[in-house]
Amino acid sequence: MMEKMIFGRYIPVESVIHRMDPRAKLIIVFLFIFVVFLANNPMTYGLLGVFTFIALLLSNIKISFIIKGLRFLFWLILFTFLLHIFFTKEGELLVSWGFIKIYEGGLIQGIYISLRFFFLILFTSLLTLTTTPIEITDGLESLLNPLKKLKFPVHELALMLSIALRFIPTLMDETEKIMKAQQARGVDFSEGSLTTRAKAIIPLLIPLFINAFKRADELATAMEARGYRGGEGRTKYRLLKWDLRDTLALLILIALSVTLILLRN
Amino acid sequence: MEIKTKHLEYVYQKNSPFEKRALYNINITIPENSYTAIIGHTGSGKSTLLQHFNGLLQPTSGEIQIGDLVIGSEKKKKGLKSIRKKVGIVFQFPEHQLFEETVEKDICFGPMNFGLSEEEAKIRAKKALKQVGLNEEFLQKSPFDLSGGQMRRIAIAGVLAMKPEVLVLDEPTAGLDPRGRTEIMDMFYSLYKQHGISIVLVTHSMEDASKYADHIIVMHKGTVYKYGTPREIFDSPEELIKLGLDVPESIRFQLKLEEKIGAQIGKQPSISINELTDNILSYLKRGDIQ
Repeated sequence: MMEKMIFGRYIPVESVIHRMDPRAKLIIVFLFIFVVFLANNPMTYGLLGVFTFIALLLSNIKISFIIKGLRFLFWLILFTFLLHIFFTKEGELLVSWGFIKIYEGGLIQGIYISLRFFFLILFTSLLTLTTTPIEITDGLESLLNPLKKLKFPVHELALMLSIALRFIPTLMDETEKIMKAQQARGVDFSEGSLTTRAKAIIPLLIPLFINAFKRADELATAMEARGYRGGEGRTKYRLLKWDLRDTLALLILIALSVTLILLRN
Repeated sequence: MEIKTKHLEYVYQKNSPFEKRALYNINITIPENSYTAIIGHTGSGKSTLLQHFNGLLQPTSGEIQIGDLVIGSEKKKKGLKSIRKKVGIVFQFPEHQLFEETVEKDICFGPMNFGLSEEEAKIRAKKALKQVGLNEEFLQKSPFDLSGGQMRRIAIAGVLAMKPEVLVLDEPTAGLDPRGRTEIMDMFYSLYKQHGISIVLVTHSMEDASKYADHIIVMHKGTVYKYGTPREIFDSPEELIKLGLDVPESIRFQLKLEEKIGAQIGKQPSISINELTDNILSYLKRGDIQ
C-alpha cells in the first residue's frame, strides 16, 4: 500500500522539468493555482488539460504511474463531484428521483470543479515528482528571502520544511515496519468493522510517535554537535541557477493565462 | 510445521520506476523442529525472505507452503491470521513495536488478538516474561521506563506468548551486551530443544550460526547460494570470505595459525572453540611443533 503512494515523492529521472530551477517551478505552480480558476468553459478547460498533459509528458515520468499513484486522491474528487451534483440547484432539472434532484448547473459545476481539482493535483504532484525536497526548500528560502527584512524567520521555516520533507520517507518506512510487526502479532489492518480498524491504528500510532520524538531529539543533538547555529552566515553547497528555460517556462504560463482570459466567457 | 518454497520470487514495487527484484528462484525447505540460520550480506534478501514465512509478503511469482497453506502470487489470501499465530516473527529492534501502558498488557496483546481470554493471556505473559529472564515485578511497569535491553526482552516475550510453532528471528541480539546476547540465544536454543519449536535465525554472527543451527542457508544477491549443515557450509571458508562474509572466529584463528606454522592443524575447519582446541591438541600430540 505504502509503496504505491507517490504523493510528495521524488522520482529521479532525466528531463527538462527536472533540470528547471526550483524557484521557477515554485512560482509556476503557485501561479497555476490561480490560473486554474480562469477556465470557465469547455474551450478553456480543454486548453488547461492540454497544458497539464504536455507538462506531464515533458517530465519523462510514465503517466500511468502518476495516475495510479494518485488513485486515492480521486475519491476526494469524486466526493466533491457528488457534492456539487446534489447540492447545486441551477439551470434545468435533469433527473428527479425521489428526494434526489440533479440540475444541469450542478452537473456542469461538478464536472468543472472536479477537472480543476484534477489538474491542480496533477500539476502540484509534478513539482514534488521532479524536484528533490532539498531543492524545493532551497528555492523557497531564496524566494522568501526579501521577507527577512521584516524579521520573518525564513531560514528557520525552510529548515523546518526540509526536515519535515526529509523524514516523510523515513516515517513511511517505519510505519510499514511497525505495521508488519503488529500484523505478526495478530492485528488486522484491513478487515473487521470500522471501530476495530480504528482501534488497530493505536498500536501503530503510539510507537510511531514515540520514535519520532526520540528521533527529533537525536537530530537536534547531532545538529548541535556538528556546529549548527542557525542561518546566519551559512553558505550553500548547491547554488540555484536561473536559466533561459526557466524564463521561457514562465512566459509560456503567462501566455496561457492571457489566452485563457481571452477565451473565457 | 514445515515451510517450503518453490521458485519463490519477490519484486518490490513491481511495475513502477522503483521496481527492484529482491528474491528469485528460492527453493528451500525448513523442516519441522529444526534450527535454521540464514546468513548473507546486507541486501541479500534475508529480511524479505523471512517476511514470506508468515504471509506478510506474498511472492510475486512461485509459491510458499506454510504447513497446509499454499501462498502464491494470486490476490489477497485468506487465512493468513491463523498462519501468523503459528509462525511468530521477532523483527529487528522489536522494542520499537511496544505501545501499551504496562508490560503485561503489551505481552498479552498478541495472544488476545488470536482469541485468548484475558486470564489465559495473563498466565502466558507471566510465563513468557520468565522465559526471557525477567521477574514478575516488571509486569506492571511501563515498557518505556525500561532499558533498551529489557525492552527487547519484553518485545520477544510478546511473541513467545503467542506460542508459535515456528519462531522467526531477525537479528534478535543486535545491539545487546555480550551477556544478554548469550542468555537470549541460549533461551531460543532451549525452546528448540525442549519445546519442539522450529527456529529460523537471521544473523550476521557466524559464531551463532555454527553454534546453534543444524542447517544454514547462505543468501547472496537475492537467491540461495548454498544450503547445508554448518559443517558443510564452513568446510570451504575461502568461498564465504570471497562472498564478503565472515567465518567463525575459530576458523579464522585456525587459518591464521596454519598460515604461520605452514602446516595443517586439523583435517577440517574447526566450527567451534571445542573443535579448535581438540585440533590443536592432537596436532601438539603428534609432536611436530617447536
